[in-house]
Amino acid sequence: MKRQIPLVIVFVFGTLMVIQYFVPHENSEIVKGFLLDWIVIIGIFALALGLWSLVQVSIDKINSRKENWEYPLVTLISLTVMIFFGFTSHAEDASWWGYFLAIAVLLAALWMLAQGLMGNAANRNVKSLSALGLVIVFSLLAIFDGSWEFKFYTAEGLTNQMFVHFFDYIMIPLQATMFALLAFFITSASYRAFRARNLLATLLLISALIVMLRFTPGPWGEYLAKTSSWVMNVPNLAAQRAIVIGIGLGIVATALKVILGIERGYMGKG
Amino acid sequence: MNFFSKLMQLDRRWVYLLLVIVCLTAYYSDFTVPTIVEDETKAIYDFIEALEPGEIIFVAVDYDPSSQAELHPMTYALVEHAFRKDLKVIFTALSQNGPGMVDQAIRDITDSLKLPKTYNGIFYEGKDIVNGIDYTFLGYKPYYAIVITAMGQDYRILFPSDYYGTPLDSIPMMRRVHNYDDIAIVVDISSGSITDAWISYGQGKFDFPLALGLTGVMTAQYYPFLQSKQVMGLMGGLLGAAQYEQLADNPGLAKDGMRVQLPAHLLIILFILIGNVGYLATRYKERKV
Repeated sequence: MKRQIPLVIVFVFGTLMVIQYFVPHENSEIVKGFLLDWIVIIGIFALALGLWSLVQVSIDKINSRKENWEYPLVTLISLTVMIFFGFTSHAEDASWWGYFLAIAVLLAALWMLAQGLMGNAANRNVKSLSALGLVIVFSLLAIFDGSWEFKFYTAEGLTNQMFVHFFDYIMIPLQATMFALLAFFITSASYRAFRARNLLATLLLISALIVMLRFTPGPWGEYLAKTSSWVMNVPNLAAQRAIVIGIGLGIVATALKVILGIERGYMGKG
Repeated sequence: MNFFSKLMQLDRRWVYLLLVIVCLTAYYSDFTVPTIVEDETKAIYDFIEALEPGEIIFVAVDYDPSSQAELHPMTYALVEHAFRKDLKVIFTALSQNGPGMVDQAIRDITDSLKLPKTYNGIFYEGKDIVNGIDYTFLGYKPYYAIVITAMGQDYRILFPSDYYGTPLDSIPMMRRVHNYDDIAIVVDISSGSITDAWISYGQGKFDFPLALGLTGVMTAQYYPFLQSKQVMGLMGGLLGAAQYEQLADNPGLAKDGMRVQLPAHLLIILFILIGNVGYLATRYKERKV
């Protein structure tokens, strides 16, 4: 029964969605809208599950002082701080100290709570009580400190100065830097691995050079641009189309296998 | 060990150092890279140029900060063109970090449009771009394939409010706008598989004009859709953005970035050639022995 119910659900809804795609009727659209809502709702639960899993794994790593345990600590602090900024707004011209104090108390409360729930058995009650105390302090700060307030039902937190600054000045430079490092690896790899070992490799090398050189200044620039355009529009297009058709057929075959219950990997065990 | 063997075993740190020197030198030098405009980019520019003031374009910003260097200039060039032509813009961001990218782009573009400027040979007084009148940012929702499909029925299904929490029906430019039938074109600026969903679930089902702005490495994959007319135009990487800036006679981030990209690419090509000369010379010597 545990295996059959998921198979029936997948078969019924998979078939329904396939049929729905080809039926341009109002009722068909209603059914689709209803099912799409369900997917979003299930997705939100998956998000919560993922968050809980991340917190659990991180706390375990920190408590047992595994290698690089500092990184999960940074992850947890960043997670809490960004959620806090996203759900609060700060009054203009008000002092920031109360806001930062509230974050510090919230982080301490969550840490104590996590220790109370997942830490060592010893001192578990003390930590839980400490967490409760800190939550009360945090609640008092939220109620009586007028410099900031929670905004659960509006999107004011998304324009919160701290939320925007953290994204602009931490997230963007970090991700951009990680990606920029690729340039160095590509340069090194191109020097070592991009070799004309045989005819096919030589053809690949020549095509790559033409495409890369197409924007170089000089009298040959236009000629290279035209040649590059031909490379992209004829041999590349032919090969890509073959790949796209192959992938498309593969997707149809896999979808059919899933709907018919032949492919059961999604249930955890193939 | 002869010269070629030494060349083959060059420490990678020398390669890194040379790349850094080339990039820094190019960055601080003052020269312009001439740009040859390709038909794929021109198709998008011509389409936007032909639209009447008040028409709506849909810009899907589907990239994260990691692709910012390549794709942000594209967004800036395209959206500035649209605002200069008094078009209205609907933004979405279907990648997790996309909302921050849109938010930043809107702030930068609206700030720059406040200043008087000559654009495409025409002098423009500074003007205010107003949220809800000139643009709407719908925000982010997970499961892009579902979002793209649902927007074909009505934007309000998954975006009852915009990113800033204003109900769509209260937004002046959105009052009579319900789905893809009410917009002129969708431009997807993307660094990932969201583009496939725009082609399959969006253009394939709802038949709207779709243009793409992609990272350089993705571009080659989407030529089949260009030829089949599922995609009407394609901007590839920083070069695509530079071509758009060239068409609009409005040098910006992309033309600036090309100053660094060109010497860096030439260095990579030089390394490939040196590597191959070393490889062929070593192989020739081995055969001789």
